Amino acid sequence: MLADFLEPAAKRVLALLPVLLGVSLLVFALTAVSLGDPARAMLGQRADPELVQQIRRDYALDRPVYVRYASWMSRLVRGDLGTSYHQQRPVAEIIAERLPATARLALAATVVAVVVGLVAGIAAALRPGRLLDQLLMGAAVLGISTPVFWLGMMLSLLFAVWLGWLPVSGYGDGAWANLVLPALTLGAVHTGTIARMARSTLLEVIRQEYVQTARAKGLAEWLVIAKHALRNALIPVVTVIGIGIADLLVGAPLTETVFAWPGLGRMLVAAVGQRDLPVVMGAVLVFAVIYVVANLLVDLAYLVIDPRIRRGR
Amino acid sequence: MAAEALPLAPGARGGRRGRRLAVGATLVGLFAASALLAPWLAPYDPTAVPAALSETMLRPPEPAHLFGTDALARDLFSRVLHGGRVSLALGLGVEVVAATLGIAVGLLAGYSGGWRDSLLMRVTDVVMAFPSLILAIGLIAVFERPGLDKVALVLVALGWTTIARVVRGEILSLRERDYVQAARALGVGHRVILLRHLLPNAVGPIIVAATIGVGSNMIAEAGLSFLGLGAQAPTISWGSMLAEGQTFLASAPWVAFFPGAALLLAVLGINVLGDALRDWLDPRWRE
Repeated sequence: MLADFLEPAAKRVLALLPVLLGVSLLVFALTAVSLGDPARAMLGQRADPELVQQIRRDYALDRPVYVRYASWMSRLVRGDLGTSYHQQRPVAEIIAERLPATARLALAATVVAVVVGLVAGIAAALRPGRLLDQLLMGAAVLGISTPVFWLGMMLSLLFAVWLGWLPVSGYGDGAWANLVLPALTLGAVHTGTIARMARSTLLEVIRQEYVQTARAKGLAEWLVIAKHALRNALIPVVTVIGIGIADLLVGAPLTETVFAWPGLGRMLVAAVGQRDLPVVMGAVLVFAVIYVVANLLVDLAYLVIDPRIRRGR
Repeated sequence: MAAEALPLAPGARGGRRGRRLAVGATLVGLFAASALLAPWLAPYDPTAVPAALSETMLRPPEPAHLFGTDALARDLFSRVLHGGRVSLALGLGVEVVAATLGIAVGLLAGYSGGWRDSLLMRVTDVVMAFPSLILAIGLIAVFERPGLDKVALVLVALGWTTIARVVRGEILSLRERDYVQAARALGVGHRVILLRHLLPNAVGPIIVAATIGVGSNMIAEAGLSFLGLGAQAPTISWGSMLAEGQTFLASAPWVAFFPGAALLLAVLGINVLGDALRDWLDPRWRE
């Protein structure tokens, strides 16, 4: 039983290694192909040439590419992401400061998306083709297609500027009220996707024989849905929740910019503006690792939920 | 109760699909027409800043300015129309190049198999291992200054993967079929087999993926421009208009409202059209 799980799980973990290696190469390539001179980016265009040479030597910018990659990698595995050009302190430290705000926002957005998405998807599936179904699915498509940054502005206009119920923006020292609008905004795409997936899988499951049997036995409709249909309908929803992690990470820089949220995304945008490459690399790397690991966890969750997958493939 | 849970009658399904196709095509058609005809439809020069600035700046929507004016007293209706041109040109242009690249990679990987396939698919995995906009932002940092041309380059570099996978999958499932074997036995060249016997079978999924891709490109461009990493003035982009609009959100909400609404409608149309096309062209998605 356990071996049934461990073997495919180990296979999936191993399959990650080449991907992570590729990720590191691609992130490193950002510096290797970078058009500006990092030493000049650090010191400004009119810097003392001797100082520029000094920096080049300190950061090993004068060495061949593969030497730089090797030394970057060896520092990376020890958790050293380099030093910010702009702030003159370790990138890892800067990221560690910003990560909690982003994690809090992403978690809140996921909760919003899963709860609202599942409720909407189930409600729509109960009476397919009726008005409620059409309204909810229309809203879902709208949620998926609305650009997050515009949605954020419009929500902020409505609930903060006009109605005055919630703060316009900012972290508010971690106040819950400040979290509501960013979480709704960031979770919107995800909510729509979950609602659509929950509806379509539920409809598919409802058609199957064992559900029809339960109905024929005279079970109450809500019991049929809750006990028999929902459980099986949830499996694909788990995947969508996992895939949604990508939406959350992609939305983070935009949502954080709209709401002046002090997270990793806004830090990345600012670092690009300042051409602070070590910070850019660190942030991109962290985002990619979170994404890859999240996908792995979804794969593993799959193995636990659906025994068929363990044997297949 | 139970009757409602049964699949809809075939006629009803077809009708629903037809309606979605119509809605999507109408929205996309309106968007494309307004973008193409922008120079003739726009009542004002979208970049002209009038001399009497203070009197006409940040005017709310009124008959003379349907969408109002921005902080430099420019007519927002004209700017939204012209912004659509940029959005459409970039979304479509990037997709054509990215799809061509994706098709080439997919064909090569799926048909040749072996180490070429493994290598190409590992590269695809790596590019797909990044949340796309994050990597796009990182890649923009490589250039000395941002601009729409860099956005296009970055989006092409990231946009080929889905189509490459789709094409490879199709080719893998087709290349051992009898008719392909027969063509090979008859001495037909690889190129002819690929282009005449294999690729046409993948056209449906390619069109669907490319349609959705145009929408994603437009959203990505608007996002990057909104962050200040894309189009720079005087290029008119819905994304940078939204960034300007955020400054005046409380006092002049129309500045942010209209470019965003235009982007929403255009992308909505593309997504609905893509969904309907998928039902129509890609049999695996038919319920």
